[in-house]
Amino acid sequence: MSRQSVAKAHEKIQELAWEPLYHEPVSQYGTDYTFQKAKKRDPLKQVLRSYFPMEEEKDHRVYGAADGAIRGNMFRQVQERWLEWQKLFLSIIPLPEISAARAMPLLFRTVPNPELHNGQAIQMIDEVRHSTIQQNLKRLYMNNYIDPAGFNNSLRNFQNDYCGTIGRQFAEGFITGDAITAASVYLTVVAETAFTNVLFVAMPAEAAANGDYLLPTVFHSVQSDESRHISNGYATLLMALADEGNHQLLERDLRYAWWNNHRVVDAAIGTFIEYGTKDRRKDRESYAEMWRRWIYDDYYRSYLVPLEKYGLVIPHDLIEESWNQIWNKGYVHEVAQFFCTGWLANYWRMDPMTDKDFEWFEYKYPGWYDKYGAWWENYSRLSTPNGHHPIVFEDVQYQYPNRCWTCMVPCLVREDMVMAEVDGQTCTYCHEACRWTDVEAFRPTYQGRETPNMGQLIGKREWETLYHGWNWADVVSDMGYVRDDGKTLVAQPHLNLDPKKMWTLDHLRRCPPLQSPNVLLNEMSPDEQKAFHANYIRGGPAGRPAPADA
Amino acid sequence: MTAEEATGKDNDVQATDVAQPTDDAQAIEEKTHAAKPIEEQAETDPQERSVPKPAFTDAEAGAKVFPDSTARTHNYFTPKKRKASHYEDVTVEVQPDPRHYLSQGWLYGFADGRGGYPLEWTAMKAWGVDRPEPERFPGSGGKGYDWPAHGWHEFRDPNEEWELTIYRYNANVVRQINQNIETARQAKAFEQWNPNWVTFVERHVGAWMHVEHGLGLYLFANAQRRAPTNMHNNAISVNSMHKLRFAQDLALYNLTLSEEIEDFDGAAHVATWNEDSAWQGVRRVAEQLTGIDDWAEAIFAANVVFEPLVGELFRSNLVQQASPGNGDFVTPTVVGAGELDYATRDLRYTKAMFDLLINDKEFADHNKQIIDQWLSVWVPRCITAARELQPLWSQPDSKPPRFEDGLDRAKSRFSGLLSELDLQQPKELTQ
Repeated sequence: MSRQSVAKAHEKIQELAWEPLYHEPVSQYGTDYTFQKAKKRDPLKQVLRSYFPMEEEKDHRVYGAADGAIRGNMFRQVQERWLEWQKLFLSIIPLPEISAARAMPLLFRTVPNPELHNGQAIQMIDEVRHSTIQQNLKRLYMNNYIDPAGFNNSLRNFQNDYCGTIGRQFAEGFITGDAITAASVYLTVVAETAFTNVLFVAMPAEAAANGDYLLPTVFHSVQSDESRHISNGYATLLMALADEGNHQLLERDLRYAWWNNHRVVDAAIGTFIEYGTKDRRKDRESYAEMWRRWIYDDYYRSYLVPLEKYGLVIPHDLIEESWNQIWNKGYVHEVAQFFCTGWLANYWRMDPMTDKDFEWFEYKYPGWYDKYGAWWENYSRLSTPNGHHPIVFEDVQYQYPNRCWTCMVPCLVREDMVMAEVDGQTCTYCHEACRWTDVEAFRPTYQGRETPNMGQLIGKREWETLYHGWNWADVVSDMGYVRDDGKTLVAQPHLNLDPKKMWTLDHLRRCPPLQSPNVLLNEMSPDEQKAFHANYIRGGPAGRPAPADA
Repeated sequence: MTAEEATGKDNDVQATDVAQPTDDAQAIEEKTHAAKPIEEQAETDPQERSVPKPAFTDAEAGAKVFPDSTARTHNYFTPKKRKASHYEDVTVEVQPDPRHYLSQGWLYGFADGRGGYPLEWTAMKAWGVDRPEPERFPGSGGKGYDWPAHGWHEFRDPNEEWELTIYRYNANVVRQINQNIETARQAKAFEQWNPNWVTFVERHVGAWMHVEHGLGLYLFANAQRRAPTNMHNNAISVNSMHKLRFAQDLALYNLTLSEEIEDFDGAAHVATWNEDSAWQGVRRVAEQLTGIDDWAEAIFAANVVFEPLVGELFRSNLVQQASPGNGDFVTPTVVGAGELDYATRDLRYTKAMFDLLINDKEFADHNKQIIDQWLSVWVPRCITAARELQPLWSQPDSKPPRFEDGLDRAKSRFSGLLSELDLQQPKELTQ
C-alpha cells in the first residue's frame, strides 16, 4: 500500500473541499436545527486508497466463508426454526441499509462542515455494500436451504406484510422529515450506535449457535463498518449541542428515536433470539441479558450519559421504561406470541415451543410459564390442520389486539394502551410515548416552538384496515403468500414439510372474515370507545381478555 | 412451574437437549471415561465447556419434496433476460414502490406529507407514471399494479454494480495507481519532467481534483437519494464514489509529488482553483451543476454534457496529450484511471438510463423536449467554461495539439453521444 501515512494522506484530502464562489449547491432538505460553521475534523480519517482494498479483503473473507458453507454442507446442520425467522429479518434489513445510504445527502447542506462530508460519503457506499451483501446472503439461503418459500418472494412480502411494515420504519425514519432528526439522531446516534449491537452482534451469535455461521460472517463484516458510522453521528451530535437552541429539539428527537427503536428493534430481534433458537443452554444469555449488556451498559451508560455534561437531555425515564417493558412486562414474549397468533398473514414457518423451551424461559424469565405456557401448548396443539381453525380463531384466551398508530406493533402490554383522536380518526397507541410521538413530536409546532421541517406520520398505518371484511383465503392470495401448487400457504405454524400437514387456502376459506380493530373502533360511539378502552387495559398478560366483572 | 422447578429439571433438559448423533458421541465418551480409574479421570477430564451442540437437521435444498421445494428464483420481478442476473437479485425492488407491493404506502413523510421517492423529483417521465397510486381504503385490499407498473423499473445498470464489483474494481484501480507512482518514484522519473510541466501539474492537474470532489459529493452523492428505483440510485452512488476516489487519487498523487520534487508547491492547486481566471469558468459551471434540483437533469448535464465538453477536453485532449512530450509517463496513468471510470462505466449507465427515457413508449416526446431545454442551458455554459481553459494549452514547453483541435474532438465526441441517444445537436454547440 501507500508509503504515505494515513494521517498525512487524510490531512491532504482535506484540501479537496471548497466553498462555492458563484452558486450554492441545491438545498433540498430542511431542518429546524441551527449549526454554526466550525472546524470539525472528519472523525473517520478514512482515505479511499486504503478503504477500497480493506473492504475487498473483507469481501474475500465473506465470500470464502460462503463457499465453505456450501461445500461443507452447512445446511445439514442449520436449525429450521432459526432460518425461518431469517425470512422476515432478511426481507427487512436491506431497505434500512440502503436507506442509510440515501440519508447521507440530508446532512450535506444542513451540517455546514465539509470535513464531515467525506465520512458521510463513505458511509453512503458502506450502506450500499451492506444492502447488497445482505441480499446476497438471502439469495444464498434461497438457493441452498430446504424451504425457499418466503425467501423467493421476500421483497414483495416485506412490503405488504404487517411485520415487514413495522420494520420499514427503521428505514423510512432515516430519509424523511427534519434532516437532523432523521439522518443524524434517529439513524446514527440511536439506531446505529445503540441497536446495531443487538442486530449485528448479539443476533449473529445466536445464528452460530443454530448451525448458521454465514450470517455471523456477513453481519460481523457489516458491523465492522458501523463503528465508523457511529463516529459520524457523534461528530454531528457534538456540533448540534454547541448551539443551545438545539437542545430542546435534541431532547425531543432522542425521546422519539430511542422509543421507536426500542419498540421496533426489540420486538423483532428479541423474538428472533428468544423464539427462533434451539440453543437452550441455561448459561447462554437471554435477550434481556444481552440488552442489558449491549444497550443499557454499553450505549446508555458508556455513550449517552457522558454527553449530559454537554447539555444533552437524556431520556432516562424512557430507557428505564424500555427495560421495564422487556423485563417486567414481557414485551418480547408478547410480540412473539402475537407474531405466532397471526402466523397465517406471514411468510415463514413458526415452530411451536416445546417443554425444553418452556424450561429455559422459566429459568430466564421466572413466571413465564404461568403467563404464556398454556397459550404455547394450544399453539402446538393447533399447529397442524385437524378440523379446527388457525389459533387466532380458536378460544385460547387471546384477545386480538389493536395496532399502535405510531410504531405499528400492536398494543400488547394491554395496561399501557392509550387512545387519541388525530385528524378526525380515533387511534390506539401501545404506550404514552408512542402517543406523544404522533400527537406532539411529529407536528409543525413543538412546545410552542415552530418546527416547520418536522416530518409526518403518513400511510395506511393499520394493516388490517385494507382487508376489513375479507375472507382470509383472499387476503393471503392478495398478498401472494401461496406456494407453487396454488393452494399451500407459505406460512405454517410448524416446521413439518409433509404436504398433508400443511395449511392451505381451503382451510382459510372456512374461517371468519378479517376484522380491522381500528375500523371497528371508529364505528363506536365516544362512550363505547371509552368503555372499550377501559376494558382493554384490564386485559393481559399474554393477550388474555379482561376478567369478567363479578 | 416455578423457577426452582425449572432449575431442578436442569439435568433432564441437558439430556434431552442433544440430537441423536451427539447423543451417540456422548455415550461413547461416557463409556471411555467409565473405564478409567477415578483419580485419572479427575486429572484428565477438563470441565465440559458450555457450547452449542451441533445437530444434524438435514435442512439442505433437495432433502424433501413439497410445494415450492424447487422454487429457487425470486418471483416478484421480471428479469431483463431469461434468467435473473446476480445483480438483479441483489438490487431490484429493495427500494419499494407504492404502485407495486407497498400496500400501506410510505409511513413517514417530509413536512409537506410526501414520503419515499416522489416521481416529481425529476421532470422526466416514464410510461405509466401518470396512473395514480392505487387507492387503499378500508376493504380495498393491497394489490398494486402488475410489476413493473411503470417504466422507471425497466432500468438496469449495464455495469451490474453491487458490492462485490464496487470494491473489486476500485481496489484494483488504487492498487495499480499506487504501483505506477511507486515505480516512477523508484526510477526517479519525476526528474525527467520539464520545469514548466512541474508547474503545470502542481497547478492545473491539481485543480481538477476539486471538480471531481465537488461533483462527486454534491451532485452524485446528493442525487442518489432522489431517483425512483434502487437500480438508479445504486448506479449513481457508484458514480459518486468513482469521482471521490479520482479526486483523492489526484490529491495523494499531488502529495507524493510534493515529497519527490523539490520546489513542487503542494498547495498551488488551491490557489489555482480559487484565483486563476482560466479555471473560473469551470468552477462556475461545476457550482451551477451542484445547484440543479432535478436529479435526472443533474446526471444528464454532468455525464452527457459537462464530461465530454469539459472533462474529457481537459483530461484526454490536454493532460494526456501533453504529458509524454514533457517527460511525464506517470500523470496519464493517474488521470487515465479517472477517464476510464467515466468513459466505460459512468457514461455507460447514463446512456442506458436516458436511452429508456428518450425511447419511452409513452413519454418519448415529452422527455426529448425537456432534454432539449437542458441542452440549450448546459451546452453554452460548458462551451464557455471549455474556452476559458484555452490559456492552459500554451503553458507546457512541449505543446499538446492545438486547443481548437482538442475542442473539436470534444464536440465531435459529444455530438456522437447525442446521435447514439437519438438527440438533436443543439445550435449552441457551434458557439
